[in-house]
Amino acid sequence: MGLLKQHGKLETNVVLLMIGIFLTITIGGIVEIVPLFSISSTIEDVKGVRPYSPLELAGRNIYIREGCYVCHSQMIRPFRDETERYGHYSLAAESKYDHPFQWGSKRIGPDIARVGGRYSNDWHVRHLINPRDVVPESIMPGFPFLATTPLDTRDIVADMKTLAFVGVPYDSADTEHGGIPDATKNAMTDLVAQMDPSADQAATDAMLKRYPKAKLGPFDGRPDKAAQVTELDALLAYLQVLGTMVDFTDFDPGKANAYR
Amino acid sequence: MMSATMQAETAYEFDSVKKFVIASVIWALVAFSVGDYIAWELAFPKLNFDLPWIAFGRLRPVHTSAAIFAFGGNILLSTSLYVVQRTCRARLFGGRAMGNFLFWGYQLFIVLAASGYPLGITKGQEYAEPEWYTDLVLLVVWVAYLVAFLGTLVRRKEPHIYVANWFYLAFIITVAMLHLGNNLVVPILFFGGSFTHSYQIFSGVQGAMVQWWYGHNAVGFFLTAGFLGIVYYFIPKRAERPVYSYRLSIVHFWALIFLYIWAGPHHLHYTALPDWTQTLGMTFSVMLWMPSWGGMINGLMTLSGAWDKLRTDPVIRFLVTSVAFYGMATFEGPLMAIKSVNSLSHYTDWGIGHVHSGTLGWVAFVSFGALYCMVPALWHRKTLYSMKLVAYHFWIATIGIVLYITAMWISGISQGLMWRAYDENGFLQYSFVESVQAVHPFYIMRATGGVLFVIGAAIMAYNLWRTMRGDVRAEQPSSSTVTVGALAR
Repeated sequence: MGLLKQHGKLETNVVLLMIGIFLTITIGGIVEIVPLFSISSTIEDVKGVRPYSPLELAGRNIYIREGCYVCHSQMIRPFRDETERYGHYSLAAESKYDHPFQWGSKRIGPDIARVGGRYSNDWHVRHLINPRDVVPESIMPGFPFLATTPLDTRDIVADMKTLAFVGVPYDSADTEHGGIPDATKNAMTDLVAQMDPSADQAATDAMLKRYPKAKLGPFDGRPDKAAQVTELDALLAYLQVLGTMVDFTDFDPGKANAYR
Repeated sequence: MMSATMQAETAYEFDSVKKFVIASVIWALVAFSVGDYIAWELAFPKLNFDLPWIAFGRLRPVHTSAAIFAFGGNILLSTSLYVVQRTCRARLFGGRAMGNFLFWGYQLFIVLAASGYPLGITKGQEYAEPEWYTDLVLLVVWVAYLVAFLGTLVRRKEPHIYVANWFYLAFIITVAMLHLGNNLVVPILFFGGSFTHSYQIFSGVQGAMVQWWYGHNAVGFFLTAGFLGIVYYFIPKRAERPVYSYRLSIVHFWALIFLYIWAGPHHLHYTALPDWTQTLGMTFSVMLWMPSWGGMINGLMTLSGAWDKLRTDPVIRFLVTSVAFYGMATFEGPLMAIKSVNSLSHYTDWGIGHVHSGTLGWVAFVSFGALYCMVPALWHRKTLYSMKLVAYHFWIATIGIVLYITAMWISGISQGLMWRAYDENGFLQYSFVESVQAVHPFYIMRATGGVLFVIGAAIMAYNLWRTMRGDVRAEQPSSSTVTVGALAR
């Protein structure tokens, strides 16, 4: 009980009590967080993951704004039923450019980590405007205003530059490690090219070189496309690329999971 | 017992405490009502009305922020400033000016956050949705809070720092650390963008770990350690009994604040978080069951020799029941943190059920108990306006909680089982939407439980308001011997 008697020292000294508390609470965080940055196998060595294109990024910001992550997860677990329902289990590498991560905590609606390419643009348009048009039992809210709200592109370049500052390789010349030179300079032309690929083939090719596998518009099926990019277009560009970047045919799970 | 001379020497700063109490009641009504509304939205999606500002995705953080930070935060500020002054026999460091600064600063933080979400201003991080400028407001207020609390402890006339204050201090310090760690962002303003958007410096798996280091300890310190401070003051005070065990309070305090920090990864089982981190999270979560129950035992056993008060004092009923729910939730939590259990429970409504047994049964009930104790004392009334209304509140709210959590246990486990079910031919048996359909009646049941909880809170608000005004309802005298005399000096 000597130790408990010593406790009196902490109870009668604010500074000691404060220091004792502080030291106690910092240990767990250091042990669990720091090695995730220093152990290289934390992010699997796979090919294909790339930063979001300007249009996809705009769509992702809308996804976060509307709180889609509150109902939809983006993290497929390595269970038989889960991979059968949703596709290959999610790798850490696939969300390495997601600031912040969008793994989600709840499935009020289904997981959408690999929803890209699963449904047609037309399905998504109808589903987002009124989910019950395509899924009668759905409890998802409708988002018809996305189809009629023009996309605000004023912050696209600032978004990309800020992301570059926190580690996403926009404008980086290091193409060996995913760098995309001249990304911000071409942000608006890339956005328009992704929306309306028929307008300028060279621009579209340049955009696809920067952002391979980007899905091409028009997304919401309206005829006057290049004139009016809507929030729905951006969201669709984002949704249709989810889970499509990695080519799993040469993925070696044994190697990837060593030291995890 | 304080003599008249001692009382004259220590004029406590209770003006801001009273403001925090009033704010707690108002935010409770807001938080519970918004929560119930979004519950009805899940049962009847037409209630979203296709409007961006009230759709479930934007409204949910209004509920969670209002419940945790607005209601929970004001309760913690009111009780901690009340308790630290009384147990130190010292006036708040910084006096009235500090109290007012803390009060208005904190309400500003709440209003900025809650008004932002319906407008689409959010960081997209759970329980950390406020954008960078709102986070800065909280940082300033929190530093002042720490200074005020520490300063009051330094000024104390009692040589020993009372146990409730260890818990409050741990809560304040840890929340400061978590707030800083998980809200490290770069505003796009710095690169020519608009004011209201930023990007977190962390991404992917590292961001996930930081988020749940934060998120679980928001529960562990904001919603647990701080509220254990309330238990350690208000239960012995109301029961007129000493805390059961000094030794136990020491052991469980240090074990709790050490172990809780490690539990975060149990939110990330079977995700792309490395296995070693998941294992640490799981084992520490299971170990955490012990100091949690240490707290429960200490709280419950303080009623030793005074169990009769459960029958005669509805306020004690709230305080003691809250500790029972605390025990339940801190058993369920470690259970759900076991990987194999979690493989079923993750992403389902079971998590929601667990959260609400903790927040409604533990956090809210101990808060109600504290409010019922503090209001007569602070407004110098001999009793609450009505003890009968306290009893009605208790039973209505308890039935509400039971409906809520039972509904969520059923829906959660149904979801988990349906998602993994195979038919006899080896195909997935259910489409996802079939699980949505299956839980619809339980969503109605849950929302109904929520209605009862809101009604209970409204009864409390009315009772407290009449108490503040000095009214006393004519009721059959209770056989309770507990008066507010012990508290109001």
